[in-house]
Amino acid sequence: MRGVAIVGVGHAKFGRRTDATLGELAWEAVKEALDDARLDQKDIQYFVVGNAGGWSAEPLPAVVIGEYCGLTPKGAMRVEAACASGSAALYNAYLAVASGMADIAMAIGVEKMYESPTPTVVEFIGRAGNYFWEFENFGLTFPGYYALYMTAYMNRFGATEEDFCKVAVKNHYYGSMNPKAQFYGLRITVDQCLKSRYVAWPIKLYDSSPITDGAAAVILASEELARKITDTPVWIRSIGVATGTANLSKRPDFIGLDAAYQAAEQAFRRVGIEHRDTWKYFDVADVHDCFTIAEVMAYEDLGFTERGTGIQLIREGQTYKGGLIPVNLDGGLKAKGHPIGATGVSMAVEMTKQLRQSVEPRDRQADVYVGWALSHNVGGTGHYAYITLYSLDKDGSPKVKPKR
Amino acid sequence: MGMSLEAKYEEFWRQAIKQLNDVVKATGLPIAPDEKGQYSLWYDVRELRLRFSISVERIKRFFEGLREGKIYATRCRRCGRYYFPPQADCPYCRVSDMDWVEISGEGELLTYTVINTKPLTFSHYPDYVVAIARMREGFNVLAWLRVDDPRKARVGMKVKLQVVKREPEGYLTYEFVPIE
Ligand SMILES: [Zn+2]
Repeated sequence: MRGVAIVGVGHAKFGRRTDATLGELAWEAVKEALDDARLDQKDIQYFVVGNAGGWSAEPLPAVVIGEYCGLTPKGAMRVEAACASGSAALYNAYLAVASGMADIAMAIGVEKMYESPTPTVVEFIGRAGNYFWEFENFGLTFPGYYALYMTAYMNRFGATEEDFCKVAVKNHYYGSMNPKAQFYGLRITVDQCLKSRYVAWPIKLYDSSPITDGAAAVILASEELARKITDTPVWIRSIGVATGTANLSKRPDFIGLDAAYQAAEQAFRRVGIEHRDTWKYFDVADVHDCFTIAEVMAYEDLGFTERGTGIQLIREGQTYKGGLIPVNLDGGLKAKGHPIGATGVSMAVEMTKQLRQSVEPRDRQADVYVGWALSHNVGGTGHYAYITLYSLDKDGSPKVKPKR
Repeated sequence: MGMSLEAKYEEFWRQAIKQLNDVVKATGLPIAPDEKGQYSLWYDVRELRLRFSISVERIKRFFEGLREGKIYATRCRRCGRYYFPPQADCPYCRVSDMDWVEISGEGELLTYTVINTKPLTFSHYPDYVVAIARMREGFNVLAWLRVDDPRKARVGMKVKLQVVKREPEGYLTYEFVPIE
């Protein structure tokens, strides 16, 4: 396996994008990534499209996007890992370059959720788990699945709905500064969150990420080419991948996502760090906050803090810029939006920009001390998990951040 | 309970198709502004209806059990593992030598939620409680919890699994009821 770096990134505006087709939306991200890397379509030898679909018209999104963006006849596939489809695309493109099968590859994530009415989208997402045994008879919804975790977590660790609302407030605070975010310019208060209606008790509307259209793209290059293409390659140093059971009833407890824990374990082992107090190795992280409970469990599954103490990080504001570890400075899924197949690639774009220190406005640029970043992308309710570690260094283990 | 499931679903699409036809008649194209009145959308003139047909051949016994008022799990004759939902095969032993065992139905609630915003195909039910309970045998079951007030649900409460008829559809399924 050889080194693989991100050499170009692109990101479409997230939101209700009824002004653009699937191809047009993907092109916004693909064009920006090609411009960023100063590469042409002919340089891209292979591309992978992360797209969950079902709610959108095109059943073969990879070829539709390939044709629209001028990538045809390069090889491609569409990949599905639910809400982690974007990370699955990144993983597949990474494998192509690392193995030597391609020198330059592109991962594209795209989702058009507003091509169907909201009830159809709710119906589709509710079926994401085990359709026959958990949806057909019991009508679970996406917030419903996570609510099962939130109830158990609150009961076990004495967390309150107010605690979880602080996650939403933080992510809206950063999303309000991100022009690519669905809720750009929109901050919320704990009180507003607490007063929002229940969608699946104890999860409220403001605990939840929205329905979103969006696209993101990254270009990966081999170690031989990366430095010729850019002065600031961001190396993909490790990717951990795991799954959880389809039926939630097959899991022993509901206070953490085992898939995320397992994926993190793999990712950390590969770069030689222990799976505890991991906040000290990373300047910044993007975690999968499809619901506020998901962000709190992420802190624990990733080993930023011990099980049951994630809620303490949010109470103390330790995941704001300047805290122990800044999390979701792009607004997260909660405020940036969650276009299912695009989310994982969007995280890779954000972590690249953070490490390049090119984020504007500076209020949402993390301080970069050690040059390492992490993204945590979960598909379904801990059905799939992808943990990706990024670094400005091609070799060596993460160093400990200096004490502030 | 209001309009039935089918009626609601049909009405939703009837309205959408009627509007579409009116637009085509008036303008010669199925193009109209989006929900926010902002951008032009082509409203699909082709419809795709989805209702799947799923094999239950190898777990028929489970459904026969429901008719007898019993809830079955499968248990591997070689390793003793329980399977609920019932599986026809034990992947660990690579055998299909399974016993059908009636489950005690007694358990303790691990967690629950109240579905307030429901999927369209569940929109005709009042808000329902979905719970996961640990059965005495050691495996978990996910089902609705029958309580008159969702605020009565508690983690740790004792429950019993029962075969019930799901109305208004009138088919057999299972549900938790609290044990006083
Ligand atoms: Zn066995």
